[in-house]
Amino acid sequence: MIVAKPKPFRKIKQFTDPYENILVVGCNTCVAVCLTGGEKEAEQLASKLRLHRRHQGLGGTVDTITVLRQCEHEYIDELKEAVEGRDLILSTACNIGPQALAERYEDVRVVPAMNTNMLGMVKEHQTWTEYCVACGDCVIQYTGGLCPIARCAKELLNGPCGGSQDGRCEISPDVECVWQSIHDKMVRLGMADDLKKILGPRNWSWSKHGGPRTFSKEGFKP
Amino acid sequence: MKSGFTLERVLGAGAFAVTAELGPPKGADPQVIIDKAALLKGHADAVNITDNQTAIVRMSSMAAARLVIEQGLEPIMQMTCRDRNRLAMQADILGAAALGVRNLLCLTGDHQSFGNHPKSKGVYDLDSVTLIKMVKDMRDVPAFECGDEVETPPELFIGAAANPYADPFPFRAVRLAKKVEAGIDFVQTQIIYNVEKFEQFMEQCRELGVTERCRILAGVAPLKSAGMAKYMKNRVAGMDVTDEVVERMSAADDAQDEGIDICVEIIKRVREVDGVAGVHIMAVEWEEAVAEITSRAGLEPGHKVLQDG
Repeated sequence: MIVAKPKPFRKIKQFTDPYENILVVGCNTCVAVCLTGGEKEAEQLASKLRLHRRHQGLGGTVDTITVLRQCEHEYIDELKEAVEGRDLILSTACNIGPQALAERYEDVRVVPAMNTNMLGMVKEHQTWTEYCVACGDCVIQYTGGLCPIARCAKELLNGPCGGSQDGRCEISPDVECVWQSIHDKMVRLGMADDLKKILGPRNWSWSKHGGPRTFSKEGFKP
Repeated sequence: MKSGFTLERVLGAGAFAVTAELGPPKGADPQVIIDKAALLKGHADAVNITDNQTAIVRMSSMAAARLVIEQGLEPIMQMTCRDRNRLAMQADILGAAALGVRNLLCLTGDHQSFGNHPKSKGVYDLDSVTLIKMVKDMRDVPAFECGDEVETPPELFIGAAANPYADPFPFRAVRLAKKVEAGIDFVQTQIIYNVEKFEQFMEQCRELGVTERCRILAGVAPLKSAGMAKYMKNRVAGMDVTDEVVERMSAADDAQDEGIDICVEIIKRVREVDGVAGVHIMAVEWEEAVAEITSRAGLEPGHKVLQDG
């Protein structure tokens, strides 16, 4: 899933202080699951902002509304009435949401309350870990089902660097060395010899490096 | 002896090679390189010119390599995958060859989070293995990575690094074998303090046929203090400093002298290991130690041995 983290409140204050009629828009999909930008969190942020504005004597209104998904027109179209008369939308979705809103509601300024952090999964309770960087050319069929592009600090394709120690990455003991895990998995599968094959150089043009990407499913293009 | 191809000639003739390290300065003064080169000249067959080592910005390895050539010393230019994509790397490889560089050491590089620009964007377009293959193809096909022909191929002796002490241990020799397959001519190892583990690594290398296909230079480094020994033991990933070494450094009255003695003992031991073709002495910011180490170890650079017949 997409994991997003709230921006520091001091930054959100900077974006929002000059405006009077603010709508905080939550998103009830990915960011609701990672407990950072769903209905509950959007409401919490709105009350925090109201409190801050009262203390600062800023006046104005801060309301909140949440849609199922900010990345789909059918859901953000529902916001038409709520957006009416607003001078600022603060989105608690991943950073797709505020862009979708900025395009749909052309005359309103939209700012993000979040930073999209990663595509990850819950590894421990309430801790998400990056598993995919949407590189566009998945290699995990060669690497025991584990991704060296997203999960190795140096995106290595040909085995662990000289900084792998006790299953940890050289950059921090808190970071797993995915190449240790790849190696262990391949040994368990009896496929360790496959790691002797040289992989790469990669075609990065399938990633963001080839320019912004689009995807149209065949037969579904309008 | 004329600069260029010294290392290749020494290793090709089966003489025991000695390489050292010359770190470029954090400034634009060429005199720093000239002074360091003077300390190393005559004591090594070639010297590694580091490339933004530990991700700290320094004078470029290509420029420093050229300055070293002008001092009559042979450089081994290091190139990491951290700071350049394949376009920049191939451009630099051609440029370096045009400036007379004949040895290129292909590295992935320390992660940028270690250095003085932790906010920078790491490149890693290639890794060390695919960099090696690219250099070899530029030299031998001769073609760029994209397949286009190289008009005048760079004449390079291709090297890499290997760390016998990183994990997973059974994969370390396999990874070196991949570098051999990709096209290296020589390899320099991580600093050796644990000789027993190095011997196990070399046994695996022999089993994989690595020692027949590339020349292995054993990495060594003199410790300067007990603090340095402890730091390397506990804080540097992929380093294996034995308790015995730490104890000796702690007990020594003259730590630098003891550090050199330990280094000399390790050189004498690794020299006896089947498949070791030379030593790489990493006396970082202590270049004058190289002369003392080679003298105490009774080690003459291979090119002098060949010259003296």
